[in-house]
Amino acid sequence: MVRRLLHLNSLGALAGFVWFAIVAFPVYWMVITSFRHQAGFLIQDPVVPSKPTVGQYHRVIKVGFLSYLRNSSVVTFSVVLLVLVFSLMAAYAIVRGEGWITSGTFRLFLLGLAIPLQAAIIPIFFIVSKMQLYDTLWALIFPTAAFSIPLSVLILVNFLRDVPAELFEAMKIDGASEWRMLWRLATPLSRPALLTVGIFAALGAWNGFLLPLVLTQSTSTRVLPFALYDFQTQFGINIPAVLAAVVLTTLPVFALYLIGRRQLLSGMTAGFSR
Amino acid sequence: MRADRKRKGASPLLALPALTLFGFFALLPMIGVVVLSFTYYDGISAPRSAGLANWSRFLHDTTTHHAIWLTLKIMALSWLAQTPIALLLGVFISGRQRYRSVLAAVYFIPLLFSAAAIAITWKNLLDPNFGLMSNLTHRLHMGWFPSDWLGSPRLALYTMVFLISWQFIPFHMLIYQAGARQIPLSIYEAAEIDGAGRVRQFLNITLPLLKNTIVTSSMLMIVGSITYFDLIFIVTGGGPGYATRILPLDMYINGFQGSDMGYASAISVVLVAAALSFSMFLIRVTGFGRFRSAHEGA
Repeated sequence: MVRRLLHLNSLGALAGFVWFAIVAFPVYWMVITSFRHQAGFLIQDPVVPSKPTVGQYHRVIKVGFLSYLRNSSVVTFSVVLLVLVFSLMAAYAIVRGEGWITSGTFRLFLLGLAIPLQAAIIPIFFIVSKMQLYDTLWALIFPTAAFSIPLSVLILVNFLRDVPAELFEAMKIDGASEWRMLWRLATPLSRPALLTVGIFAALGAWNGFLLPLVLTQSTSTRVLPFALYDFQTQFGINIPAVLAAVVLTTLPVFALYLIGRRQLLSGMTAGFSR
Repeated sequence: MRADRKRKGASPLLALPALTLFGFFALLPMIGVVVLSFTYYDGISAPRSAGLANWSRFLHDTTTHHAIWLTLKIMALSWLAQTPIALLLGVFISGRQRYRSVLAAVYFIPLLFSAAAIAITWKNLLDPNFGLMSNLTHRLHMGWFPSDWLGSPRLALYTMVFLISWQFIPFHMLIYQAGARQIPLSIYEAAEIDGAGRVRQFLNITLPLLKNTIVTSSMLMIVGSITYFDLIFIVTGGGPGYATRILPLDMYINGFQGSDMGYASAISVVLVAAALSFSMFLIRVTGFGRFRSAHEGA
């Protein structure tokens, strides 16, 4: 037994359990607190769960949560659709194309990887205002998709490059058009990469905060991360209600984590690890 | 049509939709931000030419200079805090033992939260009056323990470094896990036969073979730290005073709260220049271009 314990990477294991506590404790506190009554919240033992109530969840849903959920879903779905279709077409053109136009396009996308959204936010505000899109969901959809495209194209290009050219040539000899090869061959073959790209784009859209902060103002265009920020001022010191809202907005991603942990994590580190 | 048939490859037109969207909302703004930095623009009326006014202000604005200093400080501190932990734990969870994969499943939980959710949770947790920390220290009679983690100008920046680490370490851990799993076990077996202990194995095998991973992770941290915004904006709003007002916050506060988007554009130009040159510098120095082969090979 002693031998086995010594065999464990003891330093690593110790650090491992310390970090476990650092991660798990705030999450545990958040969840149990979201089930508390506001009354007595301050004098209760903060660590031991009290008699649970779903009252705070009712309150969050009553102040428009469902409509913010719908807005977030619309934005996320549209961004994913735009990014998947456009990036796959671009990646196909880059991998199968020849000449300086395609290689130049690819280089432009690579350059785009280094552009920070924060630094582009003022001209984006200007462009969106000029296009009369301010305070619409399009104002969130277009820039979010635009900033997801470079990495998505890069991932899909790397993936499609591994597809043997003979497959395309064989289809071509059979008289297939470019479109047919794109949808019938490239799309099914790159399904794993498309899944990664889709998750990456969805998370960016679902969690984005700066664009809603700058480009929307009314409750009819409010999305979840911004709603959280607003709940905070709305609920004031009703901490259980604020945390119930946090739990609710995270639930969909958490469900995804339970269903497909590997795919979700690969979407998160898209392009930087396998 | 005939030219199209002759060409072997696919039509570059297929890249047009992606290029249009990307060009319009990412490349055009890069030109726009430079142009706007030479104007007075309040966000409502049309921009008016300002000559070099914003740039001369940039050279003299002590708040902005302080923000640059803080940005560099937070860059260094968050790298120092995140890299050792992410590296050690990433290697730790690359082991296939069952308890390690259970721990890993928990470690990744912060990745599921948006920055806004993390910010709001921690803001409440650390609240000096109603938060968990103050409640706990009160109960445990630990009056000496600092309770004003966000309100004290001395502590706020370090608290933010901790929150940034809490948010991003799982991501870097994942990168290190993937990197460590690509090291062939046979190398370790050989080292074991030669009598190398665990620490030696880590220093002489794991660390050198993870060089590319360390570079990738560090690069993402450094470029990312130029643009931290959501977390700090929600938790402290740049305060108390100017204690956590890093450059992106200085930009936002000037532009959107002070309606001085011309000056904020000048700050944005500096942000872009910093992000691009840091990326370029790291690519040049470390040969980041080779990272793909490092990922595909061993």
